[in-house]
Amino acid sequence: MRQGLEPNRREFLKTCAAGAMLAGGTYRLPAFFSTREKTKVVNSRDPLLRGVGSSFDSGRLLKMLDRAMQVLYATDSPLAAWKKVARPGEVVGLKVNGLAGRGISTSVLLVQLLCARLQDAGIPQRDIIIWDRLNADLESAGFRIATRPDRIRCFGNDMLGYEEELATYGSVGSCLAKTLTRVCDAVINLPVLKDHGIAGVTMALKNLFGAIHNPNKYHLNVGDPYVADVNMLPPIRQKVRLHICDATTAQYEGGPSYMPQWTWPYNALLMSRDPVALDYVGWQILEQKRAEKGMKSLRALGRSPDYIATAADPKHRLGTNDPNQIEVAEV
Amino acid sequence: MSKAPNALTGGASFSSHGIRREQDIIDALPCDSVLPSLTSLGTTEHDRRTFLKLASVPCLTACVGSSVGAWPSLALGAAPVPAEDSRFIAEAQFYEKLPNKKTRCKLCPRECVIDDRERGYCGVRENRGGSYYTLVHSRVCAAHIDPIEKKPFFHFYPGTLAFSVATAGCNVNCKFCQNWDISQSRPEQVRNTYLPPKDLASLAQQNRCPSIAYTYSEPVVFYEYMREAADAGHALGIKSVVVTGGYIQQDPLKKLCQGVDAIKVDLKAFSEKYFKEVVNGELKPVLEALVTMRKLGMWSEIVYLVVPTLNDSDAEFRALAQWVKSNLGVEVPLHFSRFYPQYLLKNLPPTPLETLERAKAIADAEGIHYVYLGNIPGHPAESTYCPKCRRVVIGRIGFTVTEMHLRKGKCEYCQQTIAGVWQ
Repeated sequence: MRQGLEPNRREFLKTCAAGAMLAGGTYRLPAFFSTREKTKVVNSRDPLLRGVGSSFDSGRLLKMLDRAMQVLYATDSPLAAWKKVARPGEVVGLKVNGLAGRGISTSVLLVQLLCARLQDAGIPQRDIIIWDRLNADLESAGFRIATRPDRIRCFGNDMLGYEEELATYGSVGSCLAKTLTRVCDAVINLPVLKDHGIAGVTMALKNLFGAIHNPNKYHLNVGDPYVADVNMLPPIRQKVRLHICDATTAQYEGGPSYMPQWTWPYNALLMSRDPVALDYVGWQILEQKRAEKGMKSLRALGRSPDYIATAADPKHRLGTNDPNQIEVAEV
Repeated sequence: MSKAPNALTGGASFSSHGIRREQDIIDALPCDSVLPSLTSLGTTEHDRRTFLKLASVPCLTACVGSSVGAWPSLALGAAPVPAEDSRFIAEAQFYEKLPNKKTRCKLCPRECVIDDRERGYCGVRENRGGSYYTLVHSRVCAAHIDPIEKKPFFHFYPGTLAFSVATAGCNVNCKFCQNWDISQSRPEQVRNTYLPPKDLASLAQQNRCPSIAYTYSEPVVFYEYMREAADAGHALGIKSVVVTGGYIQQDPLKKLCQGVDAIKVDLKAFSEKYFKEVVNGELKPVLEALVTMRKLGMWSEIVYLVVPTLNDSDAEFRALAQWVKSNLGVEVPLHFSRFYPQYLLKNLPPTPLETLERAKAIADAEGIHYVYLGNIPGHPAESTYCPKCRRVVIGRIGFTVTEMHLRKGKCEYCQQTIAGVWQ
């Protein structure tokens, strides 16, 4: 599975172009080639990701990941990109989403590949932690609970519990998971691309509800402003460095539970350092799919995810939801 | 009520007690190898004694303070969270099944629509495969022996003790909650012990408590347990009293009134704005619940926590008193309680005494017979006065009854009937 990490620029551009052609999209130069700086969201797609079967081609998935990292961080190699995410000596948490079981959770294979790349970048196994709310969620998504300190660890918040002191911002007051506050130095957020029956959509911003003890309190008013406020809690804001949305399988209706009749193989990874921009782009993808299927828009259904705009407002400044300020790099 | 099948829980064992260092937990596998639990509580004399020690010590502090005691303060971060135990899980009594494995809760007016494997706003009810379950049946996270005046009930068996219990969870999120560490937590995030209804009733009896109080968090969210415990208590001659926000649908409320003996409602405020912004609930259903209780003959008392600048205007006090008089009658006790900075409202000062006395004066002027001030130990307005001769019929200092001048529910001086449930 492990592949070379140091392609030269020519090979890299070739890979990008090939990826774009495979994806059937119009290839645009990545944002770092443009003169004006915009927030970058990389949409790395490969329609042949699953080959003829239902399981992923790990080599293709790794290429999708590598291409996206290089474009996002404007580096010559995946290794250089990963070195910008975390340094040796830091403990890196991978916040997955396993709530809906194997059908539509963060892919175990994707997480394996990420772990491999982190190790290539000098992060030892003992400093990598895969985490989510509950052990049961992780197991239902296909992860195995692991707590040996010299290996990659994988456990839910139910293992270490939550801080006793409240963290507060705006409308929220929550106890944060100790995995986040006491163990992780950096977090890579790994949501999935799916509809949410209450909050509209759930991607990067909403996935951080998995770091608080009382997410059930913050689904009122389609999650607005709660989702944005949770992301303002200092440990979340300070430690989450990268968002990689697993859109290999996406769901445009019926979420957050897995509803196979409303999923489709989007075969993509959405990647950004800006959770607001990523969520905005992901939301548009879901709306486009809903329109294709003749379904009403989320706004028409009264569950437009306005928390995305709130997260971008002057009070929060968690990112941008202005399409003119977002460069979607399709690779 | 049917218990959830074992298949749901995987037959894992329950154990929740014992705080361990994080590194111990990380190093230790499997994760369910935690310290011995108190789950066998009640099955041996030793265990029972241990439990009673836990239950009674906080009571001593409770008599002089407003905290619910030691257990809740240890709630969050108590490290290893228990594996599931089917003893705590029972199918919910009030919900409807929806397409695509969704459920709609019909217990409280919020009517959460819940996806498979998700929980409602209360955090203690979960959709599992399209059926809805309570996760807190017999799952007690706080137990104390309190004076019933602490609830407060001033007109229900005064001077007696109430065996008081709670589970995790609440269907609102008051910014001033003093027990937020249990009310705003999920059951697996707090320390719990298994206390089935019959054992609870037995403990109340052994400790000479004429009543069981469902309190501290929000009993509506542990409705099924409360109903069964009330039945078990009645079988032993133990009454049941409920301390609630009153945010409950009419059907479950009516059934509840058939099984319990008194309900105290934390009315919290008299404006929808406050309920929306501070409580995260609604006023209207609470008022409707109070009217229903009155119609069904349920003994009820009302508490109104006076929060400076938020619900302390003359107009609001007057509107409240007028509504009580018109809809419930002048004999419903009305307690104005002092607020202390807590939880998400730490930026406000404690309620000035003058504000509370102003509230009482307005309610008195509107004709409410029994208006009390709470959280001000030693204030004359803690005592009950005969509405006719104005003499003290029940004297109190704090939660302690100091004198009693009632004879068969009447003022011993003038024979005026004093509304309430007396021994």
